[in-house]
Amino acid sequence: MSDFPLPLAELFGHWGSYVVYLVIGLLFGYVLESAGFGNSKKLAAQFYFKDLAVFKVMFTAIIVAMTLIFLATAVGILDFNFIWVPPTYLWPGILGGFIMGIGFIIGGFCPGTSLVAMATAKIDGFFFVAGVLIGIFIFGESVSSFDVFFNSHNYGRYTLPELFDTSYGVVVLSVVVAALLMFWGAEKIERSQNKTEPYNFPVWGIPSASVLVVTALVVVFLGQPTNQDRWNKIADQSQKKIDERQIQISPAELLHLMNDSKLKPVLLDVRDEADYNLFHIHGSKLMPMDLLQKEGKSMQYELANTVFVIISNEEKRATEAWKILKAESVQNLYLLEGGINHWLESYADSQFLQENLLSEYEEDCLKYDFKAALGDRFPAAEPEYDKSVEFVAKIKLELKRAPTSGGCG
Amino acid sequence: MSIQSPGKPYMNPYAAGILLGVVLFLAFLITGTGLGASGGLNRLLVFFQNLFWPEHIDQVPYLLKMAGGQTNPLDNWIVFLTIGTIMGGIVSGMVGGRIKLETNKGPQINERTRWVMALLGGILMGYGARLARGCTSGQGLSGGATLSVGSWAFMFAVFAGAYLLAYSFRRYWN
Repeated sequence: MSDFPLPLAELFGHWGSYVVYLVIGLLFGYVLESAGFGNSKKLAAQFYFKDLAVFKVMFTAIIVAMTLIFLATAVGILDFNFIWVPPTYLWPGILGGFIMGIGFIIGGFCPGTSLVAMATAKIDGFFFVAGVLIGIFIFGESVSSFDVFFNSHNYGRYTLPELFDTSYGVVVLSVVVAALLMFWGAEKIERSQNKTEPYNFPVWGIPSASVLVVTALVVVFLGQPTNQDRWNKIADQSQKKIDERQIQISPAELLHLMNDSKLKPVLLDVRDEADYNLFHIHGSKLMPMDLLQKEGKSMQYELANTVFVIISNEEKRATEAWKILKAESVQNLYLLEGGINHWLESYADSQFLQENLLSEYEEDCLKYDFKAALGDRFPAAEPEYDKSVEFVAKIKLELKRAPTSGGCG
Repeated sequence: MSIQSPGKPYMNPYAAGILLGVVLFLAFLITGTGLGASGGLNRLLVFFQNLFWPEHIDQVPYLLKMAGGQTNPLDNWIVFLTIGTIMGGIVSGMVGGRIKLETNKGPQINERTRWVMALLGGILMGYGARLARGCTSGQGLSGGATLSVGSWAFMFAVFAGAYLLAYSFRRYWN
């Protein structure tokens, strides 16, 4: 498993980890103010083509951070699945952005820059921050009247390489090149608008841009780690967990989990749809094997008390699925010991088991014959929970490494 | 390039951009999340709402998530990031000698007009930032660098909104 991002809460404790954020914020505020973003006139000049600093700073920051992030993930020191990618709520995001753009030209700041304006005693900054607080207040009071729209067009964790069906490296390189071309254009526009010699493209500009392009080419060349690469990295440790049977939970423990109000079980049924339709455990979700990798990425967004349990007819396919999801860094991941067959043997009535046992069955297939596709209407799909039943408890909740909220918390 | 405040000149925008990019990368590398600003203000606001009207918080699901029951709205990383941002602004302002009580405005309007505009713009900005689930920092920078589809669409929308109205407001800024 990659070393970064750091398990902050584990290292520094709950409140201790917040010191790290304080320091990052300090650097953030320092750079914003140094760039002149505490000055509303400088910010507004962006929209009259006089001083394109907003655009230059923002997009330089984006391409530098982006290139470094995907270089770090390519060489394997950073795990992209633990990175908070703001989920795409397309139209709420576009409408909100549009309103913000209008707020920007009227008010002269955005929330981050108004903080440093206030920090340097700009009176318009104080008024703007007060306005932001009022705007947030109005939003909090009114959101329940349009929460359907607010939560609509949700594409979850959705990145440009997925949209264009290409590699991360290609998108990184394209964005870098496009931004550099636009910087060149920005310099031209500024020069023609100001009629003076504001050409502030520094002497180190071209060398820096070249380094960035070369780095982006390296990112293209290295490629991002595949699921197999990711598994190879953790294979030693994780294969041991499989072999020592640390991750195979008994039907009794699963039933206990399903009735534990403190934990949130997510049951992933990786069998064929036909088997799922015949019988599945109540609340389990059909999860085709070929979707696992993609779905694994959004499993990071589940709450910290989520426990994933993979289910197949026996254990073979569930173990394969476990490896795929484990390689995608899904935490609190288990599989059902003995699969559906063992579950039925534990909870179906003995008459059913006797009468419907197939004389021949292959490995990892259903052992029992279902006359009708009952799905979860079969009694054993949701057996009665008996607290007094004892079992070997294997589930140990791991501290969550991936952030459950990001950007603007 | 004539726009200046008292004190030392501003940093070259590309240099500032590179530094900001490195800070953003470090934030992702160390913590897994990027930068943000409006979320911290949101939680500070909810903290005070909760002090004075706790029963109201319990009636609004959106607020309940942040401050319901025993939940402390300040118990969140974004709050500390926001406090740090303000501190960083103060430090940089002191280093550059740019801390001065003043109002930055266009030459054709008076200070009071500028204050009203700042307040109005702030209201729109605060509202829009919550609707978009993030501001220029949280969505724009952080989502841009991680190649989120929604964040790139969001950024175009911000610039579109501002450029679309820039002409109407030219007298206020020039």
